[in-house]
Amino acid sequence: MNKAGERLWNGLVRENPTLVLMLGMCPTLAVTTSAMNGLGMGLTTMVVLALSNLMISLLRKAIPSRVRIPAFIVIIASFVTVVQLLLEGYLPSLNKALGVYIPLIVVNCIILGRAESYAYTNPPIPSLFDGIGMGLGFTFSLTCIGAVRELLGMGEVFGYRVMPESYVPIGIFVLAPGAFFVLAGLTALQNYIKIRGERKGRDMSRFQSGCGQDCMSCGLSGCSSRMEKAAKASGAKASEAKAGNDRATVAGGSRPGRVERAVMAAGGKANEIPDIQFVNGTKEGKK
Amino acid sequence: MSDKLKVSSNPHVRSRATVNGIMAAVIIALLPATGFGIYHFGPKALQLILISIVTTVGTELLYGLISKKQTVDDLSAVVTGLLLALNLPVSVPWWMPVIGGVFGILVVKLLFGGLGQNIMNPALAARCFLLISFPAQMTDFHYDAVSGATPLAALKAGESVNVMDMVIGRTAGTIGETSLIAIVIGACILILLGVIDLRIPGSYILTLLLFVGVFGGHGFDPAYLVAQLAGGGLMLGAFFMATDYVTRPITVGGQYLFGIFLGLMTGIFRIFGPGAEGVSYAIILGNLLVPLIEKITWPTAFGRGGKRHAK
Repeated sequence: MNKAGERLWNGLVRENPTLVLMLGMCPTLAVTTSAMNGLGMGLTTMVVLALSNLMISLLRKAIPSRVRIPAFIVIIASFVTVVQLLLEGYLPSLNKALGVYIPLIVVNCIILGRAESYAYTNPPIPSLFDGIGMGLGFTFSLTCIGAVRELLGMGEVFGYRVMPESYVPIGIFVLAPGAFFVLAGLTALQNYIKIRGERKGRDMSRFQSGCGQDCMSCGLSGCSSRMEKAAKASGAKASEAKAGNDRATVAGGSRPGRVERAVMAAGGKANEIPDIQFVNGTKEGKK
Repeated sequence: MSDKLKVSSNPHVRSRATVNGIMAAVIIALLPATGFGIYHFGPKALQLILISIVTTVGTELLYGLISKKQTVDDLSAVVTGLLLALNLPVSVPWWMPVIGGVFGILVVKLLFGGLGQNIMNPALAARCFLLISFPAQMTDFHYDAVSGATPLAALKAGESVNVMDMVIGRTAGTIGETSLIAIVIGACILILLGVIDLRIPGSYILTLLLFVGVFGGHGFDPAYLVAQLAGGGLMLGAFFMATDYVTRPITVGGQYLFGIFLGLMTGIFRIFGPGAEGVSYAIILGNLLVPLIEKITWPTAFGRGGKRHAK
């Protein structure tokens, strides 16, 4: 798979920011009262995400790591301002519907998270596509949540009446509790599909990152076979780690990310952003 | 020596009580209120009750078949269905207990792990779900084919109410809540059978009476207090839902605290809230606080505590 395509797929399915990574919950729960609002919020975030990822990646050698967060915020805030002014000018009704959540994109943890975990350590083109992929995943989830809530709570989707006239809307779905019901339902649904694949012994690594980085509370049974496969793929890295730390090899020798982290913990070079290393490491390791 | 020292693993305290037995006792105790509801509101009430029970039992049965862990035989679904129906106005359309029943059993109870794991009373959660979703239908109370305010709403609006009618139950309201007498008969059955005790209902009702006496604007006028007692779902909630084994605190002190909290919340909702009634929301809020209440009232084990163990 080429890099750009892999990034898009990763954001949309494997590490879908809303349903898998559970990031950006605040706008997810607050603005998805209708499919249109979800779509608008998602696309707005995607534009900011893609552009800020690109800019941060271009500047990654120039930004000292000590002040990277303020630098990210400045970059993101600039793009958000641009987007907000454009929305006010061209789509005032959407701007009104989304309200304070547009300026709040500045502190949206998906954007900061991708800047930290991907754009800051990767070249510009993959970073751009990472942003687009994550943005598409966010848009897709928000539109789905909005559509379900609008369907059950108002009997409409995108403002068109879908349910028969006799349908009495279940009002709770356009209120705050409904957001939680639908989000939980959709998350359970996608987990069910993925776990069912695992149980049947299919290789689901294309569909899920499969790792909350916590082997202790992990219920995936198909994990070990995948780990073996990955171990073969990245044999060199794993054996290198074996020398560094035995326990790391036992815990997750096939996973360069985990190994790297374990090596670090064992007295290796201190790294400021270990989790990020892990995420990237997993990706590289699967190649 | 071996006669006096018996070594065994826990549990050391046993009882003959079974889930089925307790649930059956609750069903029997609900029969007076159910019977009065059917007599008072007509065959439509019976129809709603049956639909509700069929829905809850059916949901539990289906889920049991799918998850291959059948729990429908513990009768708890029947209790939930019955309680849900008793908490509905008689004028609601037939599909409303269906939605409520599925929500209560599936989302509130089974998805959290089944009976014993649910964090809220399923019947009450279902009622609140319906109340938020369909406010118009859920507050449309009929009596004698006339739409009318419940006595509590009338009381809140400053109108006079017939206290005698409220005690007997000849008023508008949900199917099971109108008759104070029928509910008290059921409560006595439960207390005599030892299924519930008076800790939670007693502290709940006393706190509420104190609260409405102080803040209600009528002082401790007996007619007013009896009207507050007999009106709305207070008796049904206090005796049949606040005492739900799963969602009440298990510590004795915690149970008193729980009752006092429910009384305060109900009083606040009734006197200062926009609606006339607040029993269901109060109990649900109380249910959510149960882990915290248990935490602060947890007894100290023998040999613990004191200076040595103080942090």
